[in-house]
Amino acid sequence: MAVGNPFSTTIWAIFPEICLLFLGILVLVLDIELKEERQRSLGWVTAIGLVITGVLAVVFSRPGAQPGLVFGGMLRFDWLAFYFRLIFLFGAAITALFAMDVDGLGQRGEFYVLLLASTLGMTLMAGAADLIMLYLAIETTSIPLYVLSGFLARERKSTEAGLKYILFGAMTSAVMLYGFSLIYGFTGTTQIYALANLFQLGKLSPVILVVLVMLMLVGFGFKIAAVPFHFWAPDVYEGSPTPVVGFLSTASKAAGFAVIMRVLLIAFQSTMPVWGLILAVMATGSMIVGNTLALANQKDIKRLLAYSSIAQAGYILIGLSTYSPLGFAAAAYYLAAYLVTNLAAFGVVAVVGKAAGSNEIKDYAGLSRRAPGLSLVFVVALLSLAGIPPFGGFVAKVLVFSSAIMNPNMIWLAVVGILNSIVGLYYYLVILKVIYLNRSEQEDQPVALTPAWVLALAVCVVGIIALGTVIAPLFNASVKVVLGIQ
Amino acid sequence: MHIPFLSIIIAIPLIAGLAILLLPKEQKQAVKLVALAASGLTFFLSVWVYFSYNITKAGYQFVEKVAWVPGFGISYYVGVDGFSVPLVLLAGVVLLCGVLVSWGIEDRPREFYAFLMFLGTSVFGVFASLDLFELFFFFELAVFPKYLMIAVWGSPKTREYGAMKLTLYLFIGSVVALVGALAMFFSSGKLTFDMLVLEQTGFPLAFQHLWFPVVFLGFAVLGGLFPFHNWAPDGHVAAPTAVSMLLAGVEMKVGAFAALRVAIMLLPEGAKYWAPWILGLATVNVVYGAAIAMVQTDIKYVIGFSSVSHMGLVMIGFASLNRDGLMGAGMQMFSHGIMTALFFSVVGMVYDRAHTREINALGGLFKKIPWAAIGFIIAGLVSMGMPGFSGFVAEFPIFMGVWRVQPWVAIIAVLGVIITAAYIFRLITRVFFGDIPPELDASVSDITIKDKVVVGLLATLMVALGLFPTLMVPMLQSGVDHIMRLLGGA
Repeated sequence: MAVGNPFSTTIWAIFPEICLLFLGILVLVLDIELKEERQRSLGWVTAIGLVITGVLAVVFSRPGAQPGLVFGGMLRFDWLAFYFRLIFLFGAAITALFAMDVDGLGQRGEFYVLLLASTLGMTLMAGAADLIMLYLAIETTSIPLYVLSGFLARERKSTEAGLKYILFGAMTSAVMLYGFSLIYGFTGTTQIYALANLFQLGKLSPVILVVLVMLMLVGFGFKIAAVPFHFWAPDVYEGSPTPVVGFLSTASKAAGFAVIMRVLLIAFQSTMPVWGLILAVMATGSMIVGNTLALANQKDIKRLLAYSSIAQAGYILIGLSTYSPLGFAAAAYYLAAYLVTNLAAFGVVAVVGKAAGSNEIKDYAGLSRRAPGLSLVFVVALLSLAGIPPFGGFVAKVLVFSSAIMNPNMIWLAVVGILNSIVGLYYYLVILKVIYLNRSEQEDQPVALTPAWVLALAVCVVGIIALGTVIAPLFNASVKVVLGIQ
Repeated sequence: MHIPFLSIIIAIPLIAGLAILLLPKEQKQAVKLVALAASGLTFFLSVWVYFSYNITKAGYQFVEKVAWVPGFGISYYVGVDGFSVPLVLLAGVVLLCGVLVSWGIEDRPREFYAFLMFLGTSVFGVFASLDLFELFFFFELAVFPKYLMIAVWGSPKTREYGAMKLTLYLFIGSVVALVGALAMFFSSGKLTFDMLVLEQTGFPLAFQHLWFPVVFLGFAVLGGLFPFHNWAPDGHVAAPTAVSMLLAGVEMKVGAFAALRVAIMLLPEGAKYWAPWILGLATVNVVYGAAIAMVQTDIKYVIGFSSVSHMGLVMIGFASLNRDGLMGAGMQMFSHGIMTALFFSVVGMVYDRAHTREINALGGLFKKIPWAAIGFIIAGLVSMGMPGFSGFVAEFPIFMGVWRVQPWVAIIAVLGVIITAAYIFRLITRVFFGDIPPELDASVSDITIKDKVVVGLLATLMVALGLFPTLMVPMLQSGVDHIMRLLGGA
């Protein structure tokens, strides 16, 4: 299928993106056609469309043995793009299902269009092999997300979230763009794969290279919400509609990591130990700041999960900072496990938020009596975040820590990570305690679950358990991802 | 035909737990019956495995190996040897007893029994694991059932504190040990988690000296080694009866077993280097645990600290690093597991009826609950190491073993045994004899049939092993042979 003349390879490389575009147009047209009270069903259209796109991507757009550049070096057709594309499609499909029954969100067709536009941007981010393409992809991803986080225009917190997000995003993106322009100025090219050779020739002083790495990490660090570019996360997570937060904290973060992997590993391979150290420092900061503040913020569940997601970014950065194939594979595995896990967590938050009318942790009291099944889903999600077997988070953490222990100079980072995961376990357990132990007056009122929610949560739970038990297929895939970058 | 007995034993509780969660929450009776059927079946299978283990052949038997993550050297690899077969039996017995004594649970029994079953899978899995990654997988599988069961169904006053303290202690221990295990994985250069391969690696001396304490102490936290024993009394006391039984009876053995299997057997030179230190700590366990047990006013705390004291004897047996000591330690793990399960079950029965565990508020209960009292007395005699009971078969070789290495340890540790006798007699006389307080006279009724089955089963096992040590000793010796070969003293 993907073999044959070069023309077909080129088209197949972006076939999923074409599908996404058509799906977006379809939803847009249906949005105009459908009456307002029926627009909710666009969620099904979007989710099913994304699943079909994913299946088509697996069947037709699988990279061959020889990954290569397409479209004049704008995109790269390889396992990194393939793997992360599936992550984004999955995240968007689940998000569409969660959003369907959230008031003011899923009943409006433009929500799904924006979601699809952002997803399209992410898939291009993962494939981008040129700085110009990369920048366009990042903005295509970000701008719909700014709108989505301020989507509930009547709610002050949501608009505030949207505004904060856009201000932070614009600033960091400008700094990153400045970095891109410097690179072009120094080398005369914007092709990531060409940069590798130019940088290696030693024409640029190492100091300049490090400055360039840092400028780019401002933009990427913002996307993954790593310290010190994490300040937006708690406020944006707290104010944005919950399904959007789920998407932001998983797919958008994964997109940032995909870009970091490609740019640092390819363009900056000559300064590996340096950016390894920078990432290690960012990892340490993210874990410590995220976990400490999560420990201190025990009121709003979304803020808590925001801090926890900063900490999770720290664990993933451990893998990258070792600049070893195992470390990168561990990060890729971690992102998939984190995707299903955090989506499930925010899914539960969305469901409970609708039933309770707020996101305060004290409203989770007695949840295990009101909704035993939903509580178990939350148990699974939180324990996976904490890194407890038989859930995906355990395997992911073991892999990440392994990569640090493999390099004797990095053992300290594994120790920092382990100490942090103990802190993490503490605050996750406190939430479980509230759910199972605390009593509330609404204990006899069941929590309403819609079919879309049940389906989305079930898929996530199956995913979490599958990634924690059937480890080999995804592990092999993530190894392929790393080996295919170069 | 080759039947994968161990996998079945590991899977039954897991499947039962999932099935229980799928039952509607009104079906309380069905939940209990499923749990009983599952634990009965695992009990039966563990007995089967115990008696069909071929001692003359020795080595690992009932072995199953399936590649799990070949790219990372992980396989699903189970098998038992003479040292772990008794522990599988122990877990089978205690799990069944735990299900029986919890029959009266009315608050969300579905979740309780499901979590209890998951805990069962975890302990069976650890005892049978021959792959290091798999061992950790099962080891940490126990984290959330333990936490939630103690926090939700524990005794109201201390459950939150006890549950959190226990969970964090054990998690810290296990992740510290995990670092050591990963270091072994990379340092061996063989890129496999297969413990039978790793134990043949012969790690460099400096590596062993550096990592042995990390791995050993990480696991020994769960084994209750001083000064990391602090979680044990609080956790045991806060937990509901069945969980106390499993925690003290089986989980502490999981910790000790993992410390032996991973730290001592994979890093034998490290073990030799650090053995005097472990002996020192374990001696503190024995004496200090017993002394603290002496001054407690709550029966459950007495038993909690007695566990710390008895696990010290296991550690002494390990650290003697000779045949007698290790054999005694294996025996002690089984004997103490059964004994402490019996202790905790009787304490639970007393508390359910008298609604207090204060020694001073109890008395004369022998007349009211004679079965439970007899069981408690038998457990007490085991605890003191009285000849004719399993405790003697366990403690005597431990003292013999350690006498040959460090006589002073034996001398000091015997003090602990003397104090044990004192607090056990104090408990028995105050709680079961003397005058019964009038309010208890009216309210306490005899224990149920299920309780009697539990007491009877556990007590019989201890007497049987005391009278016929050959039921277990040759098996343990065959397991010890393997350890001695690794230690270079075969």
